[in-house]
Amino acid sequence: MGQTLLQKVWNLHTVRKLPTGQDQLFVGLHLVHEVTSPQAFDMLRSRGIQVKFPERTYATVDHIVPTGNQARPFADELAEQMMVSLESNCKEFGIRLSDLNSEQQGIVHVIGPELGLTQPGITIACGDSHTSTHGAFGAVAFGIGTSQVRDVLASQCLAIDPLKVRRIMVNGVLEPGVYAKDVILEIISRLGVHGGVGYAYEYAGEVLDQMTMDERMTICNMSIEGGARVGYVNPDETTFRYIEGRPFSPTGDAFLAAKAWWTSMSSDPDAIYNDVVVIDGGKIEPRVTWGINPGQSVGITEHIPVPEEFNNPERSSVGEALDFMDFDAGTPIAGQKVDVAFIGSCTNSRLSDLREAAAIVGGQKVSSHVKALVVPGSKSVSRAAEDEGLDEIFREAGFEWRGAGCSMCLAMNPDRLEGREICASSSNRNFKGRQGSPTGRTLLMSPAMVAAAAITGEVTDVRKMV
Amino acid sequence: MSATRHIDRIHGSGIVLRGGNIDTDRIIPARFLKSVTFEGLGDHVFEDDRIAMSDHPFSDSRYSQAKLLLVNENFGSGSSREHAPQALKRWGIIGCIGESFSEIFQGNSLAIGLVCVTVSHNEVAWLMDHVEQNPSAPLELSVSDLTVLADDQMFKVEMPEPSRHALLNGHWDATGLLLDRFEEVQAVSRELPYIDGFVGTGS
Repeated sequence: MGQTLLQKVWNLHTVRKLPTGQDQLFVGLHLVHEVTSPQAFDMLRSRGIQVKFPERTYATVDHIVPTGNQARPFADELAEQMMVSLESNCKEFGIRLSDLNSEQQGIVHVIGPELGLTQPGITIACGDSHTSTHGAFGAVAFGIGTSQVRDVLASQCLAIDPLKVRRIMVNGVLEPGVYAKDVILEIISRLGVHGGVGYAYEYAGEVLDQMTMDERMTICNMSIEGGARVGYVNPDETTFRYIEGRPFSPTGDAFLAAKAWWTSMSSDPDAIYNDVVVIDGGKIEPRVTWGINPGQSVGITEHIPVPEEFNNPERSSVGEALDFMDFDAGTPIAGQKVDVAFIGSCTNSRLSDLREAAAIVGGQKVSSHVKALVVPGSKSVSRAAEDEGLDEIFREAGFEWRGAGCSMCLAMNPDRLEGREICASSSNRNFKGRQGSPTGRTLLMSPAMVAAAAITGEVTDVRKMV
Repeated sequence: MSATRHIDRIHGSGIVLRGGNIDTDRIIPARFLKSVTFEGLGDHVFEDDRIAMSDHPFSDSRYSQAKLLLVNENFGSGSSREHAPQALKRWGIIGCIGESFSEIFQGNSLAIGLVCVTVSHNEVAWLMDHVEQNPSAPLELSVSDLTVLADDQMFKVEMPEPSRHALLNGHWDATGLLLDRFEEVQAVSRELPYIDGFVGTGS
């Protein structure tokens, strides 16, 4: 009987069934960053435990790094303390670290793939919920909390319950001006923000087959916003071409052996899924969130919802969202004014995202009332973008061009909204207070849509500008 | 390895947070993650919600001794920050009773011994009304029996069986269990072809 990729990878990595009934799962790659690791390392020290597989562990700094002035020590003493903590922990426990002096530093879910660490058929864990991003390569990748980070450091294993699999097929062809971000916003809108709890999402179909790795990463990245801890795409030639030649990729005969093994990990044609959903990609519009969770989005030609269209309990949460966002029910989402435009985050900060946004900017200028910034996902993306002159395009238009980091996605660094500012953002969460001001407001959209909003000063249908 | 306590019957008064999809950014805003320890997180639980709403239950003195939190669906959604259940626990919460929880929040809660159980929408509604009418009313939750007792009303609760086993047997802090028979971990790793870079071994 055929198996899904999830089942194959899970079975290969299961050490044993624990007395609790959970599975003990070996973690092929453990990615570490500065926010969710200090307490985990402390717990190791206090229990007298060493890191068992330092060679399967890789660290970077991203959440707290300033994207402007990166001189050490940081002005923010707490941030500086976290940097020092990670540096000394990595040294003590023998873990490789791409720190700010490294040419490889960047957002953890951008650099893992860049380095060729992320590969098909492996399990990946990181103390960050967007670890699902790496599933784009056909890995089984999940976000974990600090105590689980401790477990992985101590044993290279997790105690975890197996997942069901929902196959989401996106068929047809995306319209010009419609991107991977719109596809995942559509999926979350349809299936709900907790539709995926207990599931891994397997993304497939004609649209996914045609997508680049960057696009697949955008989709897998936001699986967790739909409640699915794991999201993946079966590996194919696109995947192998991306990995080949990267620092941690196998080479020569080993690469050939790897490709054969990676291919064998794909879901079998007769695999059995717990659920299958089919979506017509040709009908997807550019999408924008209007509310306070990533499921609350509409197509660009649609209207902000009216609470009365919903039954309770949803009706009161729609009302609460509209109050917070200060939106009038039933008005078009297009034309809503924005104050800030942010292109960045582990969802959309790769070279192709910057190219798409730069293409929309053309030679135009950022609207006079908008503060706009572009934050490349890694130093590597930044260099490549500069080689192509993308930074010039953005700067001349009036965008700030910043250093790599998580930036305004979650504002644990100096980049944050002020007061009631409303931000057109290529990030992944629009929760209350997410971008650093308790009363700040977020509209999630694709990087091209952010560029369009930056130019016009309001939410705009980017299809008119492609 | 640390010895871990077995968790079964927990009791105390309740506190109610109405509304679905309460995410972890609200439970503990990101600025409080800038810390190398979990100390002091209890003081900042729901900080921005409490500033916005002066009569927030976590600011209400009638609930200041509460131990059991009542919530609706998809509690703890969003970011994987363990700081969220840590903040709740350090404030004084020892158990959550809700319609549903985010998977990562539920896993993180188990890892620190914070009990999460689910009941139906109507049962949560009854419990919420009950606690709001009488804030000091005692609630008793049994992990072994999977019940919650409020006055003379008893409800069946649910939790994943492995979580229940872990709480009852003190394995909710999983490190020791994962290190037991570590040679089996090493054996599995040797069978994975990517461990040596596909150079020779593996199937």
